[in-house]
Amino acid sequence: MPKQTLELDVSRTPEMGADFRPARGLLAPTDLPEPTLDSENMLINIGPQHPATHGVLRLLLELDGETVVRCVPHIGYLHSSFEKLGEYRDWNQVVPLTDRMDYLAPLIYNCAYAMAVEKMMGIEVTERCRVVRVICMELDRIFSHLLWLGTWAIDVGAFTPFLYSFQEREKVYSLHEAYTGARITTSATRIGGMMADIPVGWDQGVRDFANGVVKTLDEIEFLLSTNGIHLGRTQGVGIISGEDALNYGFSGPNLRASGVPYDVRKDRPYYDYETYDFDIPIGEHGDCYDRYMVRIEEMRQSARLLHQALDRLPEGPINVQDPRVILPSKTDLMNDMESMIHHFKLVMEGVKAPAGESYMAVEGSKGELGMYVVSDGGSKPVRWRIRPPSFVNLSVIPKLVEGGMLADVIMVNASLDIVLGEIDR
Amino acid sequence: MSESISSGPVDPESPGTAVSGGASLPANLEAVHPSVPALRARFDDAILGHELVAGDEHIVYVDPARNFEILQWLKDDPDHRYTYLSDVTAVDYGGGRPLQVVYQLFSIPHRRHLRIKAELSLDALEIESVVPLWQSANWLEREVWDMFGVTFRNHPDPRRILMPEGYEEGHPLRKDFPLRGRFSRAEQTRRALSQDPEDYYVPSELAGGREPQLVPWQEFAGGRPPMSTTHDSTPTSHDPSARETGEG
Repeated sequence: MPKQTLELDVSRTPEMGADFRPARGLLAPTDLPEPTLDSENMLINIGPQHPATHGVLRLLLELDGETVVRCVPHIGYLHSSFEKLGEYRDWNQVVPLTDRMDYLAPLIYNCAYAMAVEKMMGIEVTERCRVVRVICMELDRIFSHLLWLGTWAIDVGAFTPFLYSFQEREKVYSLHEAYTGARITTSATRIGGMMADIPVGWDQGVRDFANGVVKTLDEIEFLLSTNGIHLGRTQGVGIISGEDALNYGFSGPNLRASGVPYDVRKDRPYYDYETYDFDIPIGEHGDCYDRYMVRIEEMRQSARLLHQALDRLPEGPINVQDPRVILPSKTDLMNDMESMIHHFKLVMEGVKAPAGESYMAVEGSKGELGMYVVSDGGSKPVRWRIRPPSFVNLSVIPKLVEGGMLADVIMVNASLDIVLGEIDR
Repeated sequence: MSESISSGPVDPESPGTAVSGGASLPANLEAVHPSVPALRARFDDAILGHELVAGDEHIVYVDPARNFEILQWLKDDPDHRYTYLSDVTAVDYGGGRPLQVVYQLFSIPHRRHLRIKAELSLDALEIESVVPLWQSANWLEREVWDMFGVTFRNHPDPRRILMPEGYEEGHPLRKDFPLRGRFSRAEQTRRALSQDPEDYYVPSELAGGREPQLVPWQEFAGGRPPMSTTHDSTPTSHDPSARETGEG
């Protein structure tokens, strides 16, 4: 027989009892049987406004003592219907929607969207643009992981790593601002290139950041990686096997912490990632600690990638010379009738994508980020779908926390590295 | 030739294998992707078409009545091993055209990507759930139900996921759904205010398929339903009628 659940809600006023019946208390009828203590499960609600849920996530937990019996996540509190909005915008106007989904790694989302549309249209971006986008994506991978690291440390009870990592993040904010003019909502890509070429000295700024962040990581690792409290809170907590992780759709660092070496950059390479020299860190236990270690190591690898990409950054134009997608230069516009027509059509009608579709997967900071775009030949998407890595990663949380302790729920949730803007979209 | 068996549903004019996108045409399209001829050989009449888009992306149209066995075979067959289900979504082209349910598969051992589509006519939006094959389909199929109204048979938890459980305006990503919703802004506000937040913090939420949380609008118009006959209730901060007058 299933255990009877008992409603525990002290904030409820007596006249607002469930089923419109007076709640137990002063007004309760005396003939209600007292529940036996060993048959009570407690209902705990975490969120949606709770700092440890990293956004507006709501977890409903049924507890037997301190053990989690059931966990039901509720999402949708931040739903903005980006996919529907995208169907009412032309192809370039969708770009600002992408960085509002994952505001922790906006450039990755900008790039992934532009790549999907370019693939559908058969556009090859310039060599310089490819390398600049690699730099942008690796920079934002570190950017996102640093926020995860800081909040993770807060959740485990350590405050100093949060300050260290946010100090480094501030440098990326400045780099974003120097390049795109915005610190979070970058909207840096356009179909066929970027909104501008990188400013003078920006590459040196990225190089300085890549050098500095590795040192900061050493300091944070010194504080956390062998810290007894940290080990006790994370090792052996939230374990998932590699086979289960695949079946449940884990991707990114979460999947690799369970020992599955699936990384989109290696398995479905794009932008010449196969020619870069970098390693994919793999965990072996699939617990919270391994997910921590995998992300720490990934930041070091991304710093390596940044150096390599900066070394090979070629000269040349950043945008394709394709009048279908990129505005002609001002000089051409003023002197050349054909350029003026292209300019007029692009401005008035927007980019027109031929009928077709494409699914472009990139390795986002949270996992496999897929952009699925469908066109019917018009200047607006028929369908624009994001394969949300955090959404699928979060769906595993009941499996990870059920049977564990209540305190571990916080650590498991922190180890998944979710961003609710992208889960709810 | 196997290509001439049927036509790709999206492009009925071109026979069998349709190509779009910027890439040049390979000599034998299906030889490029080993899973496509294998699928044709195994499930002859259930494979309704094949399409190559964006240069290297293969789409196979399958019979929606047999999606489960086809996907199961793709997952388990040692030559294919599509162990990773990246995404389940749907595409509505509008204009009464059939709605497509899209599965993005990836085979990690063979490093192959394959897209499976099943077309459902708008009056029969129902398809077998693939959650028994991939647990990752759980929330993804819930989202397709929420956004497109496709019913997944044998889904373990067939609730809405992004929209609230009592959402009555339909399925937002359908083309016939207006951008701002079906109800007026005033009606949307009234409905939001008529929800009882206390309904969200009860054990029945754990039980899965629970009662809709909306207090029916007609009842709400006449005040709250009687809560208890034993005592008079003074308006509290929880009382939606008190709140509505305060904000209205």
